[in-house]
Amino acid sequence: MTSGIKRLNVLLGLGIFAFLFVPWYRVERGFYSFDWIAGFPFSSDQAPGLFQILSEGRLWLAVALILFLVGIGSRLIGNEDQRGKVLVIAGAAGIIFMALQGLAISFTGWAWTFPENAFGALSLGQPAMGAGAVLVSLIFVLFIAFGLAERGFMKGDAFVVGSISMLIFLVAVFIFYPIGSMFVGAVHDFDGSFKPDGFIRNMQDPAIWSLDCVIGGNRCGVAWRTLFLAVLSGLGSTILGLAFALAATRTRFPFKRGLRLLTVLPIITPPFVIGLALTLLFGRSGVVTEALDTLFGIEPSRWLYGLTGIWIAQVLSFTPISFLVLIGVVEGVSPSMEEASQTLRADRWRTFWHVSLPLMKPGLANAFLIGFIESMADFGNPLVLGGSHGVLSTEIFFAVVGSQVDPSRAAVLAIILLSFTLSAFLAQRLWLSGKNYATVTGKGDSGVHAGLPKSLSITVHGIVLPWMGFTLIVYGMIIFGGFVKTWGLDNSLTLEHYARAFSIGFQDGALVWTGVAWNSFWTTMEIALISAPLTAAVGLLTAYIIVRQKFAGKNAFEFALMMSFAIPGTVIGISYIMAFNLPPIEMTGSALILIACFVFRNMPVGVRGGIAAMSQLDKSLDEASLTLRANSARTLRKVILPLLRPAITAALVYSFVRAITSISAVIFLVSAEYNMATSYIVGLVENGEYGIAIAYSSMLIFVMITVITGFQLLVGERKLRRENRVAGVAKSNKFQIAQEKTA
Amino acid sequence: MTDLKAGSVVFENVRKDFGSFTAVPDLSITIEPGTLVTLLGPSGCGKTTTLRMLAGLEHPTSGRIFIGGRDVTMVPAHERDVSMVFQSYALFPHMSALDNVAYGLESSGLKKKEAHERAEEGLAQVGLAGMGHRLPAELSGGQQQRVAVARALVLNPQVLLLDEPLSNLDARLRRRVRTEIRELQQRLGFTAVYVTHDQDEALAVSDRIVVMKDGRIAQEGAPRELYEEPVSEFIADFMGEANVVSCEILDHEGNNAIIDIGGIRHKLRSRGASKGKAKLAVRPGSVVLNPTDTSGLGGEIVTAAYLGDHVEYEIETSVGNFFVIDHAVDQSYAPKTAVSLGFRNRGLALIEG
Repeated sequence: MTSGIKRLNVLLGLGIFAFLFVPWYRVERGFYSFDWIAGFPFSSDQAPGLFQILSEGRLWLAVALILFLVGIGSRLIGNEDQRGKVLVIAGAAGIIFMALQGLAISFTGWAWTFPENAFGALSLGQPAMGAGAVLVSLIFVLFIAFGLAERGFMKGDAFVVGSISMLIFLVAVFIFYPIGSMFVGAVHDFDGSFKPDGFIRNMQDPAIWSLDCVIGGNRCGVAWRTLFLAVLSGLGSTILGLAFALAATRTRFPFKRGLRLLTVLPIITPPFVIGLALTLLFGRSGVVTEALDTLFGIEPSRWLYGLTGIWIAQVLSFTPISFLVLIGVVEGVSPSMEEASQTLRADRWRTFWHVSLPLMKPGLANAFLIGFIESMADFGNPLVLGGSHGVLSTEIFFAVVGSQVDPSRAAVLAIILLSFTLSAFLAQRLWLSGKNYATVTGKGDSGVHAGLPKSLSITVHGIVLPWMGFTLIVYGMIIFGGFVKTWGLDNSLTLEHYARAFSIGFQDGALVWTGVAWNSFWTTMEIALISAPLTAAVGLLTAYIIVRQKFAGKNAFEFALMMSFAIPGTVIGISYIMAFNLPPIEMTGSALILIACFVFRNMPVGVRGGIAAMSQLDKSLDEASLTLRANSARTLRKVILPLLRPAITAALVYSFVRAITSISAVIFLVSAEYNMATSYIVGLVENGEYGIAIAYSSMLIFVMITVITGFQLLVGERKLRRENRVAGVAKSNKFQIAQEKTA
Repeated sequence: MTDLKAGSVVFENVRKDFGSFTAVPDLSITIEPGTLVTLLGPSGCGKTTTLRMLAGLEHPTSGRIFIGGRDVTMVPAHERDVSMVFQSYALFPHMSALDNVAYGLESSGLKKKEAHERAEEGLAQVGLAGMGHRLPAELSGGQQQRVAVARALVLNPQVLLLDEPLSNLDARLRRRVRTEIRELQQRLGFTAVYVTHDQDEALAVSDRIVVMKDGRIAQEGAPRELYEEPVSEFIADFMGEANVVSCEILDHEGNNAIIDIGGIRHKLRSRGASKGKAKLAVRPGSVVLNPTDTSGLGGEIVTAAYLGDHVEYEIETSVGNFFVIDHAVDQSYAPKTAVSLGFRNRGLALIEG
């Protein structure tokens, strides 16, 4: 008996189990409550697939059963090639059928009109898919995978083919299906009827597209304002980032270690916190505003609330990211190029201007595009500082939760935002790829970087020092703000905010979490802890497949995965609501939707980290394992994963931290039961309870610093003596991942 | 490792394409059980691809591969009864030497205890008894190499594959280790396929050598056969240097041919060459230099380089330039000196083309 038959047996057994013993549809009170066992298997809601067909009269499910039986039948075919073919066909037909029936038949019957005309009305509809239906769908996916493996695809490696099929399936369900639903939602009404009016009206809305400001009129449309802001934020953070990078590498700047610390900040700062700190400084009752008022009689104004304020907050937030990108670029310029230039009678200024800077150009463009995408995707700062002058991401939010709920408008705005960020992403991938002048080669490249020309050096210091000071003040505000009674009005120190947020009491001899923040705090920790290992696993598996396996369509696969990174969180949020609120897949209000959102939004981080780490592992290690009788699953487990431990830890930590700081997608997906820390804080800000908001934010920052340093200490101790094949993995990873922070 | 089962290897019209590039167009080889066969050739000749197809790390585009009589063409690497020593050794850096050697045994389903016992035996077999607890990084290059060999051998494979196993060792160690590998193969009697681009190594270890060029077999035979009777200029030059000059076959005498090299008569094995113009390969050491005797081929020294135990000359003659290695270092010639060239009985061969 070959291994092919063995694994097929397991799969078929699982399928029979799914049809006989698992509730087909979604169980209202949750699958894991196991309440459903009481009514099992004959109640309409909780019956498994077979009983849905036989006793409930949901006859269309018989098609799935028949396709599954075809799979069982293939077991009898001796010829591997033909068995594979039958399995692939049955699996593909099964998956297509499951998707079609899910979309076509809703609670009340046909969701579409044409099948109703063709087949006649249905007497009963169906609820959302449950454990049984999901299991059967996955089994159909594995039918395809095993069938392809039998036919010798990927050298007959079922584990690899299975992983690829599962990943494609999951990405399709959790990224492309929601985005698709959003496009469909833009032209449909609530009841699902086709109604493009809303779409057309919104698309032509002058509030979005007006160019009034150019011709001296009032204000430009929100699309242009967002674009304008993104360009300025990209420019600002790139210039500042370059100044910081030059200061850190090309000058005798006194606080270089401090500069490096700066790079950690964007990772641990929840995205709206900078905006919050700015309000405390420059808002109407901010420290600086009041000081100016009393000293010089300058009237307090609301200048901060609008594009200017958002721009300052974004430049503050994104400069460290751009610094991190550019420090690699600046160091990547080979010193020997600069030395060559100097021996060719060029002075420092000429060397910098004609050699160093041109070599950095692609890196600068890259930093700009990252800043641009970050600014577009930023939700926290505009929410806090935007006031009535919103940007796309906040407009989307208000179109869903505001006074006028208009899903079509939200979808249109999301589509516009998505097309901006995707264009920038495409520019980054297509235009910049292959234009990398990174002159770091494997060869030892000795030599000393040329110093900066005097005038430039002074400029760089002139930019870096004040900005560092500004950043310090801003973060100082965040810590300090939590201890002040009422900002601007009553500046006496107090612990009241911390007490209200994090108090603990004893009642009847038991510990009671009486603080208002605990509920969302523990939910956040729980969700972050669940999603972090999943994110790391999916990300690293993907990285393994991308780095180590060759298959047709690999580039498209990688591209699609990385593209999901350019989708702003707000867009993901709105598309998840539109996709997962109704059958066939209903997840809104559950913890599952938050976890799915985190896993698929943060996965690219794990992928990039994994790719970087795995590229440094000699491929012959895998091959040696394969020739030593280990299959690819064992190879992954015994050889690759142990050697990737630093990368795994990094992926775990960063997906954990990102799950805690993320706001843009989360704010759409939280529910009363599962509220996350960030959305709770934003709620506090909206109610004007700055004190608690700030206290809670500092607490989050503190928790994340603890977690990161804890993990660093754990990972830092481990290394393989004298082994340089894996050295540097941890370092390069941190570097990679830190670039990926988004709102 | 006592009961090694040597298997045969057969390639039947194997072709391997990488995209539009054809690495191996049409290869058929038969390797007898218990022999050490070397695949030799310059880089890019397809020898490593051939080895990797045998290991199952690449699958042929068409054709069939048999190991020990079983068709393994579509069998994945981990289900094949071969094991491989990698050029980089590919020792798992996070496992001790013992764990490395036991890895394959445990993958095959052996209990940990038994696997470790057999791994100890395997390490002892290559002279590393008691070193099992060390990490690869704590072993010298030669020791790492022996761990890699032990790791492959404990699996008792039908065929052992060696991919340039000596290329990461320094020259002195290389000679010793290649003797060890040959000795081990002779003692245990396993079939081995050995890939290298170094003809000295191939000559030293092989029962048979397959010289490859552009994915095809250029010549196949015992080491002596290849060195002494190259069929083409490529083989003659690749298996130790050779001067290729024109000559004319005047007559046959049984298996031998009488040839004329620039007016000098010489007798050597004809190997089926017919009368008329022909090409002759002359080993640099098969030329005798004589300043006085004028019966030889007249020539003039162009360059001379003293290398301790021999002198290398470039000599211009009427049939072309000769590269000559002369071990008579006491009597060296300055450039521009006129000399007369004679030929030894060995080291001359008629070649194609």
